[in-house]
Amino acid sequence: MIWDAVFQPFADFGFMRRALLGCIAISVGATPVGVFLMLRRMSLTGDAMAHAILPGAAVGYLVSGLSLGAMTVGGLIAGMAVALASGFVSRLTALREDASLAAFYLISLALGVLIVSTRGSNVDLMHVLFGTVLALDDAALILLCSIASLSVLTLAVFLRPLVLECADPQFLRSVSRLSAVTHFTFLALVVANLVGGFHALGTLMAVGIMILPAAAARFWTVSIGGLIAAAIAIAVLSSMSGLLLSYHYSLPSGPAIILMAGVAYGVSLVLGPAGGLVAQALPRRHFEV
Amino acid sequence: MGDFDAGGAMTPALAPALAPALAPALAFDNLTLGYDRHPAVHHLEAEIAEGSLTAIVGPNGAGKSTLLKGVTGVLAPLEGRVAFGGLSQEDIAYLPQQSELDLTFPLSVVDLVAMGLWREIGPFGWLGRARRARVDAAIAAVGLTGFEHRPIGSLSGGQMQRALFARLLLQDAKLVLLDEPFTAIDARTMADLVDVVRRWHGEGRTVIAVLHDQETVRAHFPRTLMLARELVAHGPTEQVLTTENQFRARQMCEACAGPPHVCGRNAA
Repeated sequence: MIWDAVFQPFADFGFMRRALLGCIAISVGATPVGVFLMLRRMSLTGDAMAHAILPGAAVGYLVSGLSLGAMTVGGLIAGMAVALASGFVSRLTALREDASLAAFYLISLALGVLIVSTRGSNVDLMHVLFGTVLALDDAALILLCSIASLSVLTLAVFLRPLVLECADPQFLRSVSRLSAVTHFTFLALVVANLVGGFHALGTLMAVGIMILPAAAARFWTVSIGGLIAAAIAIAVLSSMSGLLLSYHYSLPSGPAIILMAGVAYGVSLVLGPAGGLVAQALPRRHFEV
Repeated sequence: MGDFDAGGAMTPALAPALAPALAPALAFDNLTLGYDRHPAVHHLEAEIAEGSLTAIVGPNGAGKSTLLKGVTGVLAPLEGRVAFGGLSQEDIAYLPQQSELDLTFPLSVVDLVAMGLWREIGPFGWLGRARRARVDAAIAAVGLTGFEHRPIGSLSGGQMQRALFARLLLQDAKLVLLDEPFTAIDARTMADLVDVVRRWHGEGRTVIAVLHDQETVRAHFPRTLMLARELVAHGPTEQVLTTENQFRARQMCEACAGPPHVCGRNAA
């Protein structure tokens, strides 16, 4: 019974196994980045970046159709351009980072919508916006796994400056010149993971797998390592259950996965021991002095 | 308070470097610092001797914090310069008045303090057991033993200041800049932190602290620089902290409040 519902679809169908592998790669690569976005109070930056990627992917599509390489390179270029431009504006002028990022991503988004609507058909727009996790080919899988590996390695190497850049940027600037490098490396990771994610889940849903598990994990633990581990676990479980939901009830898989992550967030919000609703409402005896 | 050796083994003794007490560690050369053309420090000329323990005093808005920002290099001079006698930016440790520290970030006291070793371990090096022992010694030196694994968000204001001092201890800097380090902390904490400052002084480090409490300045700081945008007085504390000087400083600050005009001094 449980075997039929949970494991049979993956055992029987190659496309389900591919979809699961792609989602696990995205979970491992993107959610740790999401944890740091959350800790830096930049959760909405992921969303802004996802919109910024759109014109790049659209230009890639115009140049060579539904080509993995062209759309990836286009998305990377557009995302990096917005990240660099807003980073420089916030570091060199009086404008704060949120406002400069908003300005550049809105420009980028308008450009993207313009390009897609003048040349592309609606079906292609749906592909870019919502992804095709059930049709991942070998090249797409290799791309997703490469981005995830690169992302995890980069985070491991840059962990200390990144933590310091989040927690005490003033101190980091006083002891090292790595502040700007760290900031841009981090934004590059956000962009790379979103570009990887949009092949499977689409530009809008890719943000969901980045942020929702991180926000849910926050209700279970407070240490950085714990947050990353919990967020990856939640993302993998959401991917698996979302794929099964979409298989059994013929639902679009991208939104199903993100909705399952949303369910995980809801459950964590209520039951999580670290500041969840129940934990805060329950009277707990305080410690001795 | 005479014993500054507690935990002294963790920092190399800088005492031999103290010898020529006349050499300036820092010289302000016609220094003007400000924001958007409005000067906060105006044509300052002063020298800070190596190994000296100097208090910077003056009314609110006198440019005290601005001066420290100018020394750290965060703020570029509008005119003039800060000359370092053989010090590089790496030799400076700075405790800002309002830290940008994010207290909600999941960092423990030991994580925070260990970052004082950045110059040794850099962004990628191992902390290791020996350095971890020095971190513990620094935490013990500021009286925070037992708090190592508390999240920084749970510390009180005084405990936070102790933790930041422990980080400064590990930075092992030749020039230490403190911006109102004893504001809003109790007498006991202040006494402990003043001990740390005097220990730095004993080790031959140059220490500059912005302070408001004149009792503290008189009791512990041999030299004082009084600022009211321009230099009011600089020298031995008892000669600087006089009623006339303080009256003059207040008047000079009030005189600055009028509409701005372009400064004619040093116009080429």
